[in-house]
Amino acid sequence: MIEKLKKRITIICGHYGAGKTNVAVNLAKAAADSGRKVAIADLDVVNPYFRTADNAAELREKGIRCIVPEFANTNVDIPSIPAEFLAVFDGDAYSVVDVGGDDGAIALSVYKDRFEHSGYDMLYVYNACRPLTATVEEAIESLRAIEDMSRLKFTGIVNNTNLGGETTAATVEKGSAVCKALSAATGVPYLGSAVFKGIKGLAEQPALLMDNATKQLF
Amino acid sequence: MGEKMLMKGNEVIGEAAIRSGCRYFFGYPITPQTELSEYLAKKMPKVGGLCLQAESEVSAINMVLGCTASGERAFTSSSSPGISLKSEGVSYIIGSDLPCVIVNVQRGGPGLGGIQPAQSDYLQATKALGHGDQHFIVLAPAYVQEIATLMSEAFDLADIYRTPVMLLADGALGQMMEPVDFEAKKQRELPEKTWASCGHGNKRAHNIVNSLYIDPEVLEKTVLARYERYKQIEENEVQYDEYMTEDAEICIVAYGITARIAKTAVKAAREKGIKAGLFRPITLWPYPKKELATLADKVSKFLVVEMNMGQMVDDVKVATDCRRPVEFFGRTGGVIPTPNEILAKIEEMNGGAN
Repeated sequence: MIEKLKKRITIICGHYGAGKTNVAVNLAKAAADSGRKVAIADLDVVNPYFRTADNAAELREKGIRCIVPEFANTNVDIPSIPAEFLAVFDGDAYSVVDVGGDDGAIALSVYKDRFEHSGYDMLYVYNACRPLTATVEEAIESLRAIEDMSRLKFTGIVNNTNLGGETTAATVEKGSAVCKALSAATGVPYLGSAVFKGIKGLAEQPALLMDNATKQLF
Repeated sequence: MGEKMLMKGNEVIGEAAIRSGCRYFFGYPITPQTELSEYLAKKMPKVGGLCLQAESEVSAINMVLGCTASGERAFTSSSSPGISLKSEGVSYIIGSDLPCVIVNVQRGGPGLGGIQPAQSDYLQATKALGHGDQHFIVLAPAYVQEIATLMSEAFDLADIYRTPVMLLADGALGQMMEPVDFEAKKQRELPEKTWASCGHGNKRAHNIVNSLYIDPEVLEKTVLARYERYKQIEENEVQYDEYMTEDAEICIVAYGITARIAKTAVKAAREKGIKAGLFRPITLWPYPKKELATLADKVSKFLVVEMNMGQMVDDVKVATDCRRPVEFFGRTGGVIPTPNEILAKIEEMNGGAN
């Protein structure tokens, strides 16, 4: 998938629980593995826990700059974006921006001009196993709502359809079919599937192979 | 089996309520359960239901009282500090013999505490949320799937016994995502709501919903009748789960998300040759007293694990008549225990690391 992302900034958006953080973290790791200078910024102003900051230690070990809210995973209930976030625009690193679901995209709109000036790819991460966005019609509605909210335009669709540990090739393919229909209806290119490592029997070559970046409690 | 969805615990609470025929939600936002309100705000209008954000938790619970008095299924949700605010309303609902469902997605306390997960409302939920002689049923899911089945159970139990039922979850369970199948629920026979104030149409005497009694003798009789129902609940509605308890020497007692962390610790202990097991109460009231008493015949020690300062320890001691030592390990204030910490405690109880 990285080869299709020509701009220095990749914004990861989508509906709640579509797996944006998993895609963002794995994309940043893949870019770092390919030898690039990489930064990841957590712009999620929605989720109280299970966020990019959970992976900060591992990412920093790989030399990835992690820009996370100062109070992520504390008891501070006020969404705050660190001033360091501006490094996404002013720096020269390939930057992945992990955005909160649905309305969380409003955090992007403040930086509309800067994103447009720097150039960006914006990916709509989609999971067909999620409620409220399971159909093509609902997905179109969600995609357009995020564009309105962020004042930016999607440049790619990524299928991240999964059922957590119960994901099979059929699960992934159910999602890719919806993504293709979504792409046809919206004109936003379909970039392929982001798939957890170890899923057997996939018809299509995955665009991004992922480790599970979600914090495990047990 | 229905088609599985990948859902957050908080969303499942909302979806399961809708699928249980509940069309009225009254709430007030608070982390970590706000996704529930948000989900219902989107979904309720689509099914002809109402999702109302009240001006406070106190208003929300009293709206539930009014709504359920008319015979409709209604529920409210909050997190720890918000539940404290609802306590008066809950007592009034109990005093009026009304069914309803109350969801507590617990966070750290006391006071405003924090937004990270906790189980420190155990005593409040199981002993006395409000004033007066009272109990209500408390269900503690440990899996997102179990939230779906227990929410459905909660509405049924509330209707059958004319009592509030609390779903006692925690922030981790509310926020985490797991596959869920909404078809997997058991059906129950439900009584007709002959007591509902929903218009008598001049065909019957009007029903009065009230928790004020002028005559103390009548109030006493009413409370006694309610305690007869509590006895039935204690006899018929206990739910629990066991893991590797058959030959266990050290038995963990844990509920909710903590039980799953403990389960990982039990597996690790078994790999080290320590005979550990796990007893998971699903109903926190009624408490699985008999089952724990039976277990006390077999195991040599109990270890209570909670995300609080040991609020369930006394329940285990009482259930087992203190016949076995009951130790405790917990983290609190929003800190989640790790499997390794629990394993270390098991090893310590087993006489040191193997």
